[in-house]
Amino acid sequence: MSTRRIMPPDDSAAVLDRHRNLFSHSPLQRVLAFAAPFCIGGLAIFAVWWLSIPFSQIGPGLASLGKFIALMFPPSTGGHLDLLLKAMGETLAIAFLGTLIATVVAFPVSFLAAKNTAPHPTIRFAIRRCLDTIRGIDALIWALVFVGVVGLGPFAGILAIAVSDTGALGKLFSEAIESAEERARESVLASGGTGLLAVRFGLLPQVLPIIAGQILYYFESNVRSATIIGIVGAGGIGLQLSEQIRTYDFDQVAFAVIMILVTVAFIDGISSRLRFAIIGRRTVT
Amino acid sequence: MTSSMLSVPQARLQALLAGYQREVRRRRWQSLLVLAILAILVAIAGRFGEVDLANLVDNISNFTSYFGRIMPRLTVAHFGANVADWYWNITGWLKLLLDTVLIAYLATLIGACAAFAMAFLAAANLASSRWLRWCIKRVFEFCRTVPDLVFALMFVSAFGLGPLAGVLAIAIHTFGTLGKLFTEAIENIDMKPVEGVHSTGGRFIETVRFGALPQVMSSFASYALLRFEINVRSGSVGGMVGAGGIGQDLFVAIRKFYYTDVSAILLMIIVCVAIMDLVTERIRHRLSGQDKVR
Repeated sequence: MSTRRIMPPDDSAAVLDRHRNLFSHSPLQRVLAFAAPFCIGGLAIFAVWWLSIPFSQIGPGLASLGKFIALMFPPSTGGHLDLLLKAMGETLAIAFLGTLIATVVAFPVSFLAAKNTAPHPTIRFAIRRCLDTIRGIDALIWALVFVGVVGLGPFAGILAIAVSDTGALGKLFSEAIESAEERARESVLASGGTGLLAVRFGLLPQVLPIIAGQILYYFESNVRSATIIGIVGAGGIGLQLSEQIRTYDFDQVAFAVIMILVTVAFIDGISSRLRFAIIGRRTVT
Repeated sequence: MTSSMLSVPQARLQALLAGYQREVRRRRWQSLLVLAILAILVAIAGRFGEVDLANLVDNISNFTSYFGRIMPRLTVAHFGANVADWYWNITGWLKLLLDTVLIAYLATLIGACAAFAMAFLAAANLASSRWLRWCIKRVFEFCRTVPDLVFALMFVSAFGLGPLAGVLAIAIHTFGTLGKLFTEAIENIDMKPVEGVHSTGGRFIETVRFGALPQVMSSFASYALLRFEINVRSGSVGGMVGAGGIGQDLFVAIRKFYYTDVSAILLMIIVCVAIMDLVTERIRHRLSGQDKVR
């Protein structure tokens, strides 16, 4: 078989010369590329040493984990299916209302936090920092706080999800507003519209689909996080789940996990349908 | 200009206007319908969620006063002494915070490596076996959906209290999320380099190494960094179930009403997360900048 050359061999030097920048890297880049794996590995070794990870525990741990898994079959309801279903309903209610309240609060706030609609830079800065602070605290910690305020039960969970999501959604919404095209707004202003009208007709039509997609995405992820919020007594299936794990009722754990998996898959299916219907096939996240 | 606008016959104009109004009315009805469905859902969810607004209104003062109580007493005169008093256990907390960060780091590394290995087998455009692909995708989904605290609780029972359980629990969750993201990144690559390597006789490994990997490496790294930051945040609650890190102390402080400790630890977590946020954002921007040049 004869090789056909598209390029004469003497030209290869010239070609190499022309694309020199693809092959030669600066010394710094070389050092970085060489050192990065060592740094990553070294930090990992340091972490293992610092945390004093007991390797001797891994063997027996895996053995008892195997026992747990063996205990999971067959999954059983433990005779209180109604309780589990009610808890699952609570979980969905927490995720839904939490997302809804967060949206309602975050939507107006995000206009104050966006560069192009904020009335004053200091207001924008203050609101941004507030949102960051709220976001920095995990929903579970908010749940602990709200259990102290409104007592045990799903209402505390709703408030916890609502507060922690207000921070996240506020940030995302304001970024969506900032990335919107300015021309539509300017044209409304140029034809004599007030600032409010410009936002309504120039800005909202652009950002609403993006925002709707993000809300649905957060609803999905809230269904997931609402399943654990019960561990601190804030309603939902997490309470049953943590109790069953503590009492080693692994057949019931398996049942609850299967319930969660099915529900989350169902919600994912519905909301990704809705998302595609709103913003088309290509998702913007 | 005006004449050309007026040249539309009156009847046609009327028809257009009527059509426009019909369209507007239709959209109004649609929005009303959506609102009605939403209201019904809210009512149902409110019943299930035991929403009790009166209770909230009655006790909201608890919420605001809670923040008043966790505030440290700082005076200008004895500022240094007050801060020292507030952060009486700073060395212990710093150690625990480092624990949390390192747990998140190890977990992210393990999860990312495992996801990296599996993602190429799960991507529809590279892997050939449909059955294997389906299986791996379900495994990702399982690891992602089961809450990491559930894994943590089980691992604490199996491996004993301590950071090992936390690392494993977060690693499994990271594996699920990153696996999905990595797979999607691979499925979105340009197939030409892959076909090029394939046509010169490259096997699966070579196709992946020289065709796919250069395209996805930077987005992989930035996903992993983003996940690291999220894991630091969620690692701070792992301690609540005994899986190591600063969560333990925070949990005890909240439950036992050590008010100023709560604010001290929370402030430390927030600052730490903010620093992580800034650093990883820098690196991610640099990575995506490189991506654009390529």
